[in-house]
Amino acid sequence: MRKIAIYGKGGIGKSTTTQNTVAGLAEMGKKVMVVGCDPKADSTRLLLGGLAQKTVLDTLREEGEDVELDDIMKAGFGGTSCTESGGPEPGVGCAGRGIITSINLLEQLGAYDEDKELDYAFYDVLGDVVCGGFAMPIRDGKAQEIYIVVSGEMMAMYAANNICKGIVKFAEAGGVRLGGLICNSRKVDNEQEMIEQLALKLGTQMIHFVPRDNMVQKAEINRKTVIDYEPTHPQADEYRALAKKIDENQLFVVPKPLAIEELETLLIEFGIAN
Amino acid sequence: MLLRHTPKEIKERSALTVNPAKTCQPIGAMYAALGIHGCLPHSHGSQGCCSYHRSTLTRHYKEPVMAATSSFTEGSSVFGGQANLLTAINNIFTIYEPDVIAIHSTCLSETIGDDLKQISEKAKEEGKVPLGKHVIYCNTPSYVGSHVTGYANMLKGIVDYFPESTGKKVDCLNLISGWVEPADMREVKRMAKMMGANTIIFPDTSDVLDAPQTGRYTMYPKGGTSISELIASGNSKASLGFGEWATKDAAIKLENKCKVPFEITDLPIGLCATDRFVQALSKLAEVTIPESITTERGRLVDVITDYQQYLYGKRVALWGDPDQLIPLVEFLLDLDMKPVYIVSGTPGKKMAAKLEKLLSEKVPEARYKNGELADMFLMHQWIKNEPVDLLIGNSYGKYISRDENIPFLRMGFPIMDRVGHSYFPTVGYMGGIRILEKILGLLMDKQDADSPETSFELVM
Repeated sequence: MRKIAIYGKGGIGKSTTTQNTVAGLAEMGKKVMVVGCDPKADSTRLLLGGLAQKTVLDTLREEGEDVELDDIMKAGFGGTSCTESGGPEPGVGCAGRGIITSINLLEQLGAYDEDKELDYAFYDVLGDVVCGGFAMPIRDGKAQEIYIVVSGEMMAMYAANNICKGIVKFAEAGGVRLGGLICNSRKVDNEQEMIEQLALKLGTQMIHFVPRDNMVQKAEINRKTVIDYEPTHPQADEYRALAKKIDENQLFVVPKPLAIEELETLLIEFGIAN
Repeated sequence: MLLRHTPKEIKERSALTVNPAKTCQPIGAMYAALGIHGCLPHSHGSQGCCSYHRSTLTRHYKEPVMAATSSFTEGSSVFGGQANLLTAINNIFTIYEPDVIAIHSTCLSETIGDDLKQISEKAKEEGKVPLGKHVIYCNTPSYVGSHVTGYANMLKGIVDYFPESTGKKVDCLNLISGWVEPADMREVKRMAKMMGANTIIFPDTSDVLDAPQTGRYTMYPKGGTSISELIASGNSKASLGFGEWATKDAAIKLENKCKVPFEITDLPIGLCATDRFVQALSKLAEVTIPESITTERGRLVDVITDYQQYLYGKRVALWGDPDQLIPLVEFLLDLDMKPVYIVSGTPGKKMAAKLEKLLSEKVPEARYKNGELADMFLMHQWIKNEPVDLLIGNSYGKYISRDENIPFLRMGFPIMDRVGHSYFPTVGYMGGIRILEKILGLLMDKQDADSPETSFELVM
């Protein structure tokens, strides 16, 4: 089983990209589990056709430690297994601790056991690696590979670079590697070249350039992935391509984060500042 | 050889603290809260914190120390402790019926960012706080400061909540007590009464943590500052805080809130510090110093002069809290003793500055350190390099005392293996005599034990 964590700036499209890509892998016949690591619990909405399921932490809170795997894991599109960590409301408690609790519980309950015959487990992690909790999916050999969703916007690139700093730390101790950047296009000038250049400087690759298309939004309003909603649309093929590239990926590196000046220079050379 | 692994050679350490000379913030918050009459301290965190803090106080006072806890579970650490605290407040007022719940946080509730102000207000909104009952709170993260910081923070919490100003000052002086024993608070009250001063003392743990055995258990003993006194303290003409580390923040807060001007003195330990305390009390309360106080002072001076030859030049190592250590060092110097080693785990750069002023001329060889890395390990190393004649500090010094065969006077917090500290004061002139009696007893016992038969003296 390959365990993959998806990181990236808030609002960049991590959940959307993850689910659409997972749909592609499922279509290829892979057995995939998605673990949503966001207190908002919206990482599996498109695969499940809605926000129907109870989160791991809700269940833990209501039923104590006597939780069954069936209570928290639901089957989604193409035979995917979907689970959401959940977490506190905004402004209270500790969401990071929630992720730790939830992932530990999933392990105890045997969500990753051999008999599940999983090919992939995806962790869809909220935003930046802000504290120890959000690093949980890449600690002690949990996820072995990471993909960062990024766009050509300054802050998205800045966040990607920051996440790389987090990865370096855990790469030394736990063996996690960066598999590449996924560019989720915001139609910024020279976006593809700029992200390719950023990837190069980080020592990795831009594994795929996902063009911007309203079809993604349309499918999302209908609580579906593009592959599910409009399988013949060209955007569906983009996600199939990304799924295939991830499946065949061989380039796993410890990234080399950039100094902030270097990052700014990149923007000046390629971006809007030009 | 209990501490046989303490090496003589002192190496510069960058991180490790061994046997720290301090403990957790909430212990101080709990102790301060017990100085309010009818108050139940509440620990907002996991059960283990509360148990440790209660048992440390119980070991020191040999009294039951009651405190409640929010009993955090895995769920509370993720979703926040609000639900637990609201239930706790409701249960406590329903079942244990205190007048005040004094909440302090713990490392866990601090780290997840629980907002005690918001939660205690919500408890009020939801009708969980009965009319005439009170919920106060303070933040006590133990990764900052020490037990002294926690004590100071709870005093701030008290001042934040209770004192009210009617705009009309009354002839009353607030005595804001630093961290001292119940007997010390009783002694301060006795002195103020002798001087005819009208005072409100807070907190006041006398008759709480030294309550008499009556054959009947009461959850809230008769001692402690009453709520009406705490409210009235906003109308006092002045405040006198004794013990800067413990009381200064609260005194400032009271001045800002109710325009009560303040002065801070050292704890009245020893001759000169008591002189300054008595003078400040006389000035602020506008009372004269009576003959009876002067007489007590004279007795202390008499004992000092009678026994000076046993004290002269004796080297002393001491540890504890800055508020105790600073006047104690001054007292030892007045006795012609040599306080050579001093450590405190409580931070604050003022301590070194004050000690420097006291010691630089009289004992230039003195070594002192406080804050991080100032620990009993370093103290032991110093002693191994050049021994002392006397140790003064809390019970944790007994290992050094036994290993190095040095007389040991227990003073400070906690004292878990001897009796007396909560019954006999060490503040004021009478307290000075008690400190002297203890020091002399130890030094003379040592002399008796070590002297050859030919010079074994009956009269000393």
